[in-house]
Amino acid sequence: MNETNSLYIAIAGNPNSGKSTLFNELTGLRQKVANYPGKTVEKHVGVLQDDPDGNIRVIDLPGTYSLNPHSPDEEIAHDVLMGWSDDTPRPGLIVAVVDASNLERNLFLVTQLLSLGIPVVVALNMMDACRASGIEIDVVKLEQRLGVPVVPTVGSRREGTAELKARILSTLKQPSVPRSVVQIPDAAAREVDRLAAHLQAHELAAAESAHGEALRAICTENSFSHPRFAAARDPLKTTILAARDSLAQAGFAWYAIEAEAGYQWIETLMAEVRNVREARLTFGERADYWLTHRIVGPAFLGLIVLMIFVSIFALAKPPMDWIKHLFGYLAVLVVNTIPAGPLQSLLTDGVITGVGGIMVFLPQIMMLFFFIAILEDSGYTARAALIMDRIMGRVGLHGRAFIPLFSSFACAVPGVMATRMIDNARDRLLTIFVAPFMCCSARWPVYLLLAGAVIPNTIVLGFIPLPAIVLVSMILLGIVAAVATAALFNKTILKGVTSTPAMELPRYRRPRLRMVLQTMWERSLLFVKKAGTVILAMSIIMWALTNYPHRPDAAPDQQIKQSFAGTVGRVIEPVISPIGFDWRIGVSILSSFVAREVFVSSMATIYGTNMSDPHRAADLQAHLRSELDPETGLPFFTPLRALSIMIFYVLSMQCVSTIAVVRRETNSWKWTLFQLGYMTGLAWIACFVLWQGGRLLGWS
Amino acid sequence: METSKTTSLDHLGVGRSARIVQMDLRPMEAQRLMEMGLTVGTRVTLVRRAPLRYPIIIQARGSHLTLRKAVARSIRIQLTGP
Ligand SMILES: Nc1nc2c(ncn2[C@@H]2O[C@H](COP(=O)(O)OP(=O)(O)OP(=O)(O)O)[C@@H](O)[C@H]2O)c(=O)[nH]1
Ligand SMILES: [Mg+2]
Repeated sequence: MNETNSLYIAIAGNPNSGKSTLFNELTGLRQKVANYPGKTVEKHVGVLQDDPDGNIRVIDLPGTYSLNPHSPDEEIAHDVLMGWSDDTPRPGLIVAVVDASNLERNLFLVTQLLSLGIPVVVALNMMDACRASGIEIDVVKLEQRLGVPVVPTVGSRREGTAELKARILSTLKQPSVPRSVVQIPDAAAREVDRLAAHLQAHELAAAESAHGEALRAICTENSFSHPRFAAARDPLKTTILAARDSLAQAGFAWYAIEAEAGYQWIETLMAEVRNVREARLTFGERADYWLTHRIVGPAFLGLIVLMIFVSIFALAKPPMDWIKHLFGYLAVLVVNTIPAGPLQSLLTDGVITGVGGIMVFLPQIMMLFFFIAILEDSGYTARAALIMDRIMGRVGLHGRAFIPLFSSFACAVPGVMATRMIDNARDRLLTIFVAPFMCCSARWPVYLLLAGAVIPNTIVLGFIPLPAIVLVSMILLGIVAAVATAALFNKTILKGVTSTPAMELPRYRRPRLRMVLQTMWERSLLFVKKAGTVILAMSIIMWALTNYPHRPDAAPDQQIKQSFAGTVGRVIEPVISPIGFDWRIGVSILSSFVAREVFVSSMATIYGTNMSDPHRAADLQAHLRSELDPETGLPFFTPLRALSIMIFYVLSMQCVSTIAVVRRETNSWKWTLFQLGYMTGLAWIACFVLWQGGRLLGWS
Repeated sequence: METSKTTSLDHLGVGRSARIVQMDLRPMEAQRLMEMGLTVGTRVTLVRRAPLRYPIIIQARGSHLTLRKAVARSIRIQLTGP
C-alpha cells in the first residue's frame, strides 16, 4: 500500500469521549482505553475495515479540549488536524467524537473543527450514558444546525458503529467542506483577515486554509514558535502581537474570543436540541458522596489497596505451585533424556531455572493487571487522584501527575509518556523525575521472591500474611521517596509554582469483564513473551558467564567464583559489600539493568548451579533459604539482607527502557543521567544505612 | 432578587450556585478554563469538596470539574439562588 496515496481520517475529540474505543471498532485494532482523560498520548494509525480499496487510514489522536494546544499530547493532536505534522498528511476527513452526556462542553471543539476546511462527521458517542441521565437529544436538529452528519453511537457496545462507517464512506465519496458556525466579533474577524493575508503573502498558508490558520495563530499563545514558521518567525510574531494589541484596544481579550463566541452559539443550540426529561441523580453521584467523603473516602481507598495486595498474595499460591511443578517436571525430563554435560546443564541450570524462576510469578502479575484494569475502567482512579491531590500539590506536583504516577505501577515507560498531558514543562519534568519510584510490575517478582523466601509467612491481624505487609511497605516506600524527592526538587532545582487548571471528573462506568480480561490477557502475554525472549537470552548468557572458563576439576562453588561472572562480581564487590550484597547479588543486579525481572532469573542461574533435585528447578525460594553464609554457617539470606536488596530495587533506576524513555521525553541526556545518578545514589545510601544500622543493632 | 455580592469561588457553599464574573488568571490558564466551559457568565454549582477540602468539585455546563485552591480563589463569582 502506498502511504502517500492513502487517505487519512483523524479521530478527534475531548479527552475520555471514546475516541480510542471507536478507533478500535473502525480498524479492528486494540488501542488501550481507560475511563480517565488522557489515556492516549500518541497518535496511532490503523486501516479502516470493510473498505473495498483498503486505502483509508484512521488515526487515533490524544484528546484535546480545543485547537489551542496546552500540553505536548494536545500539540500532537493539533498538528495532525492542522496538517502540520511531519509524518501524517492533512486528514481528508475528521471524525469528531463527542460525549453526548456532556454535549455542551464537547461541542466547543467541534465548532473549531468545523473551521478547518476539512469534512467532518460527528459521532455522538455515549448515547447510553446520556439516556441514563435523563437527557434527550434531537439528532436531526443537531445535524441541521452543525451542517454535518451526526451519528449516535455507543462505542463500548458497538451500537451505531456500522452506521458511522457508512456515513464516513459516503462523506468521503462526496466531500463537502463544512461552514464555520460561530461568528467571531467583527473586530476579531478583521484581524483574522489581515493576518490571513500576511500568511498567504509570505507563503505560510494556502488560500483555502489561511483564515483558519490565522485564527489559530491569534488564539494560541506561542503559535509563532511552531517549527513550521522558523524561517519567518520575527515578522510573523510582530504581526500576531499587533493583532492582539488592536483587539485589546477594541475591548477583546485575544485568548477569550473563541471561547466566548463559541459557547454563546452553543448555548442557543443546546436550548433547541437538548431536552432534560428529568434530572436524575445517577448511581455514580450517590456513590461519589461516600467515595470522596471526608473519612469514608480515604478509608475506602486504603482498604481497596490493601485488599488488592492480600488477594494477590493469598489467591496466587496454588497456580504458582502448578507452574513450579511444571518446570520441575521439565527439568526431570531433560535430565532423563539428555546425557549429563554442557547441554543438559544449559537446559536445566540455565533455561529452565531462569525462565521457570520468573514464570512462577505469572499468576500474580495477571492478578495485578486484573485489578489495575478494574480501577481504570470504573473511573475510580480519578477519585483516588482527588483524594491524593492536596498532598501532591503540597510538594509541587501537578494535578495531572496522578495518572502518570498511577500508570507507573504497571510500568514506568507508559507512565513517563503519560506526562505529556501536563501543561507546563517544569511540572512535567518533576513528574518524570519521580515516576520511576512507583512500584512497576517488574519489581514484583523481585519482592515476591525475596519476601516469600525469607519473611516468615505468619498471619497478622487475622488475615494479612506478613510477606504481604513487607510488599506493601516496599510500595509505600517508593511513594514516600517520590513525594520526598518532589518536595526537595520543588524547593531547589525545579523551583516554581504548579498551576493545575481544571480537571475533569469522569463518570463511573461498570467495568466490562471483556475489557478487563482482555487487558489482563495482553499484559500476561507480554510477560510471557518477555520470559521467552529477554529473560531466556539473559539466562543463557548468565549460564555461560557462570560456567566459563570451564574448570572440570574445580568444585562447583570454585567454578562459579573463577568464572567470568565471578570475576566481574569480585571487581564490584567492594562497592556493594557495605550494603550487604555479595558478588553474586551484584552480578544479578547488574544483569537486571536489561529488565528488573532478570534479577530473579540470574539469581536462579547462579544459585541453581549446585542444585541437586531437578524437581525443584523452579523453586528458587527453596535454594535461597538453604544457602548458608560461609563465614557464620547461618542462613545467608537473612531478612535484613533481603530487605536491603528490596530497598535497592525500590529506589534505583534499574531499567534501560525507563532510561531510554526519559531521554526521549525530556530530550536531554543531562536530566536523564542526573536522574540515574540520583536514584542509584539514593538507593545505595538507604541500603547502607539499613545494612550497617541493622548490623549494629545485631539484626543480622 | 439577585444579590450583587461578589466573592471568590472557594467561598461558595456546597450545593450552592453562582455566576462567574471575572477570572484573575494568566491568559493561558484563563483560556483553558473558558474552553472547558467556564466563560464569564457561566453558572457553576459547587457539588462537593475533596476530603482535604481541596480540590473542589464543581458542575458547569453539565460536566464535573475539579479545581485546586489557587485557581478557585482567582475566580470571582456572583451568588445566585440556591
Ligand atoms: N457508557 C459508555 N462508555 C463508553 C462508550 N464509549 C467508550 N466508553 C468508555 O469510555 C471510556 C473512555 O474511552 P476511550 O476510548 O479510552 O476514550 P478516549 O477518547 O480515547 O480517551 P483519551 O485517550 O483519554 O482521550 C472507556 O472506559 C470506555 O470503555 C459509550 O458509548 N458508552
Ligand atoms: Mg484514547
